[in-house]
Amino acid sequence: MVPLSSFIRITDYEWELPKTYRKDMRAAVRVFASRRLLEKSLGDQSIEQAVNAATLPGLVGDVLVMPDMHQGYGFPIGGVAATRWPDGVISPGGIGYDINCGVRLLASFVRYEEAMPLLGELAAALDRNCPSGVGTEGALSLSGAELDQACRQGARWALKKGMASEADLRRTEENGCLDGADPARVSARAKERGRSQLGTLGSGNHFLEVDVVEEIFDAEACAAMGLEQGCLALSIHCGSRGFGHQVCSDSVQAFQGAVKRYGIHLPDRELVCAPLDSPEGQAYLGAMRAAANFAFLNRQLLAHQARRAFEETFSGRFKNVHLHQVYDLAHNIGKIETHQVGGESVKVCVHRKGATRAFGPGTPGLPEEYRTMGQPVLVPGSMGTGSWVLVGTQGSMERSFGSSCHGAGRVLSRSEAKRRVRGDALRADLQSEGIHLRAGSLAGLAEEAPEAYKDVDEVVETVVGAGIARKAARLRPVVVVKG
Amino acid sequence: MDGQKARERGYLEVEHTADWGLRAWAEDLPALFCTAAEGMYALMDVRLAKGPEVSREIHLEAADLESLLVAFLDELLYQVENGHAFARMDLSIAGGRLDGSLRGKPIETRKKEIKAVTFHQLEVRQGPKGWETTVIFDV
Repeated sequence: MVPLSSFIRITDYEWELPKTYRKDMRAAVRVFASRRLLEKSLGDQSIEQAVNAATLPGLVGDVLVMPDMHQGYGFPIGGVAATRWPDGVISPGGIGYDINCGVRLLASFVRYEEAMPLLGELAAALDRNCPSGVGTEGALSLSGAELDQACRQGARWALKKGMASEADLRRTEENGCLDGADPARVSARAKERGRSQLGTLGSGNHFLEVDVVEEIFDAEACAAMGLEQGCLALSIHCGSRGFGHQVCSDSVQAFQGAVKRYGIHLPDRELVCAPLDSPEGQAYLGAMRAAANFAFLNRQLLAHQARRAFEETFSGRFKNVHLHQVYDLAHNIGKIETHQVGGESVKVCVHRKGATRAFGPGTPGLPEEYRTMGQPVLVPGSMGTGSWVLVGTQGSMERSFGSSCHGAGRVLSRSEAKRRVRGDALRADLQSEGIHLRAGSLAGLAEEAPEAYKDVDEVVETVVGAGIARKAARLRPVVVVKG
Repeated sequence: MDGQKARERGYLEVEHTADWGLRAWAEDLPALFCTAAEGMYALMDVRLAKGPEVSREIHLEAADLESLLVAFLDELLYQVENGHAFARMDLSIAGGRLDGSLRGKPIETRKKEIKAVTFHQLEVRQGPKGWETTVIFDV
């Protein structure tokens, strides 16, 4: 365990573990956390894993850790590491198996007070329209050529099929499509696993949630995003399903040999990596981007299906039942970006593993309506608590490679959560708080109990205190659909 | 997972903040691989149907035992997604190769999804009492 005394306190919300802490570190580890959250995180392997990540060749700046950190495999969840283009490395384990796992937020002008009697009906309609759970399949089954095209186009693929709008794409990170996706680099097995899973939520911590916009902190930003107090919003949390899992599995296996070829020594085999400009690095980039596009499209299709559920439930009862896109972003991804480091523009590959892009005002790549305010940062809390909409800042550009937190962050293992919480009791509690719940499994529900997570409000106070995001709105869940 | 039964069979769930860990032990390498597979099925709560028997021949190659174990469990995860699990496995492991003859049934139900088998702190070790390993799964 890394002792607290090894850290240098920079501010109340920022701590540094110098690179002298361990001989093999190539960079320092910088943690965005209050003292309390940092102390809590010393109980698992999060910081050791960040120290391990700090041994990657070609790092630029420090390895960063967000306050929602928890132990992962290889990298910690909540980790951000930037490597120099083109000779720094890319590490598939530093992006994760669920490539482009992310969050999409849609908002409406349907008022919660008026919709309240219909929320049970809405929960059923969402459950019907958005397949979730273990081993579920979507309504689409694409041919090989269609799937390749979908992986090159991402969410844009849905535009031609009438399942997306230009506004949806404009309000998606990278417009819902990463350039350089190369389906030829994706194994036949990954494609086979993904082919029937487009438009499905999956299981685990993935969910679909209807929220009420409870509190507005930044009226101007909320007006730009179309978030109105007292109205319903909908968030979708999921990723690239079996397609992405297989791309990462294939790459981590293939990179076991690459590290030997490039003479890279690492403290954990899950961190395997290859230079960005190597044949192995290029092959992974092409496949990872195809999986990222699969995930952008998956969330786009789920949004389309959720819109159908809204229409089935509310049409004819309210004047405007449209769900408009607020933003869609990735929190498990590797991106080639240019950042200012030591007064110079440096092209880097930013690994975000359980961390959200949080570009500040004026950053290229943001849609016009968000350019002066910064990008929306979507931070879902644990089930049944609350979620936040934050906005990127100049501070995030200067200090965290344009990144911020991605959620509440787990504190209890799944087994411990199940020992402490009974699924049926949790369901009753949530229902007594007015939350309509649709869950595939009670045990799965217990594993995702709020007690298993940190307090999302404390995480948000930390990133705001550290200056790497600012508050725009707080959302309160009223319908939860889980696999 | 039923802890008592699992221990008797040679595997145990290991606590992890977000994911799942499985420690497995056995007298020899093929038995270790089979036990790890059985433990992985138990984590997913896989129940077999009464349907007709399914069989698969698998041939895997890897640079070391850890890569071979990951490739083997990854293969079984893929089979699970295709609706099949194997209760009887005849494996031979030598010189970086695994050859196996698997017999099983269609899956009736499974409650949990494992996304992937990781290399995190993975070691396949030989000790005085036989072989053991701890595998972390992404869930």
